[in-house]
Amino acid sequence: MPEAPPDDEPALHVESLDVTYGRALSALRSVSLTVPHGGVVALLGANGAGKTTLLRAVSGTLRLHRGAVTAGRVRYGDTVLDGRDPVAAVRAGVVQVPEGRRVFAGLTVDENLRAGGLGLSRRAPAQVRRARDRVFALFPRLAERTHQAAGLLSGGEQQMLAIGRALMAAPRLLLLDEPSLGLAPQMVHRIGEVIREINTQGTAVLLVEQNAGMALSLADHAYVLEVGEVGLSGPAAELARTDAVRRLYLGETADGQGAA
Amino acid sequence: MTGLLDNLLNGVALGSVYALIALGFVTIFKASGVLSFAHGSLLLLGGYLVAVLHDDLGFAGALALAVVVTALVAGALDRLVLQRVGTDSHAAHVQTIVTIGIDILLVTDLARRIGGDLLTLGDPWGDSVTDLGPVTVADSRIAAIVVSAVAIAGAFALFRFTPWGLSLRAAAEDAEAAALMGVRLTRVRAIAWCLAGGLAALAAVFLVAFPAPGLERTTGQIALKAFPAAILGGMASPVGALVGSMLIGLTEALVAGYQSDLHVLGEGFGDVAPYAVMVLVLLVRPTGLFAARGAARV
Repeated sequence: MPEAPPDDEPALHVESLDVTYGRALSALRSVSLTVPHGGVVALLGANGAGKTTLLRAVSGTLRLHRGAVTAGRVRYGDTVLDGRDPVAAVRAGVVQVPEGRRVFAGLTVDENLRAGGLGLSRRAPAQVRRARDRVFALFPRLAERTHQAAGLLSGGEQQMLAIGRALMAAPRLLLLDEPSLGLAPQMVHRIGEVIREINTQGTAVLLVEQNAGMALSLADHAYVLEVGEVGLSGPAAELARTDAVRRLYLGETADGQGAA
Repeated sequence: MTGLLDNLLNGVALGSVYALIALGFVTIFKASGVLSFAHGSLLLLGGYLVAVLHDDLGFAGALALAVVVTALVAGALDRLVLQRVGTDSHAAHVQTIVTIGIDILLVTDLARRIGGDLLTLGDPWGDSVTDLGPVTVADSRIAAIVVSAVAIAGAFALFRFTPWGLSLRAAAEDAEAAALMGVRLTRVRAIAWCLAGGLAALAAVFLVAFPAPGLERTTGQIALKAFPAAILGGMASPVGALVGSMLIGLTEALVAGYQSDLHVLGEGFGDVAPYAVMVLVLLVRPTGLFAARGAARV
């Protein structure tokens, strides 16, 4: 059943969120974050800071990792997402591209794309075709390889497929977990352009990255997670100028003159 | 030589019945990572339902109802029992053990009802035979081959062309990524169990048809012979299950047919042959003939 959008311009609100793994390991403490409708927000932080955990709390996959929201709220517009299954997020229009691409290697490119639409039942063929056309317009390379097994694509092509697969669900908010991971610089640049293009078409983006330079150049707003808490937040351009971010995430030296 | 043709036809008939069972094993394993030891009891349940219902409903009606009921029982076992036993990566092992418990409970109850009887299923082909050129074939065997082929083709069409099939194949490759696409893993695997249960009920009819004497309380144990078929096919590969089943069926029929020439191996070697073939194949190809990527579950 197509759910009527309760809110024309929904935003993602994460409010004072606590997440715990295995009832003992605290991964997030009182994290608050907002992704406005149509915006691009970057979430930065070192390994283990809790970036992926935050995405799992939004997409409803914490349970697969024995994690749980112990306090706080995740809302997308009027829809409460914490404690629900991933289907709820997909139907609300929030779709995650997992870290490390995770395409279905033994399935063809075409089947991977069809799998992206599995969360939405009873879609008209015309809608599916429109979603596919949009993906092929963004990634012409995929259109040439529809019958090839996804496992045979290059890393960059797999990342494109992972993003394309998520777009098949026609998301209004796309969660991207480290899309630049393990890609050549040229491909990172290309993925950055694609993210901008997707955003221009009206999809909001929450971008989790270790590549802070790319993330801050795309985002309007950014948050820095430090060991499970929000350390810094602000407009991306401002954050990119702060000493801490330049030193820790942009690889510049403490005097602010750029890397030697 | 008629003897050889006879044996080959018997082998294909036997293999196609094993294929119904092995395809169920593989479907369940792909969807849940569980090795279903409850399959013998589901098969017995299906056969028992046909045996008690065919007087009132006729054979076709009884078979249809038995397939549906067995499918629903299998799906309910998964959804209401197995899926409650953990959800993490070790759950599949625990659930596999739980299927042994379910099998014992179900078989015990059905054995109590069947007792020492030999039940007939009222199938229309009875003990009639057809002459096909040089060989004479039991109609039950022709029916087994035809019906199995149709059912297996139907199952493959489900895998290939339905959203459920795509969900199953995606989830078998990467359950979390499939969940992120909005695939309901609990529903996908419950439907997989339903399909496997229905196929097992269908297999029961042909396992106990002529020249077998009829349904007895030990009939379910025959399902275990489809295990080597599924395993040597690669466990997660439907095509592998088909090939494995044919291999096992042909081996059994040929060994039984040339029993007198193989007397060095002892009486009743046909019963052991499937396992011998499995071990031999696995020695050469440890992951099975058609190891799919999905087989590498952890």
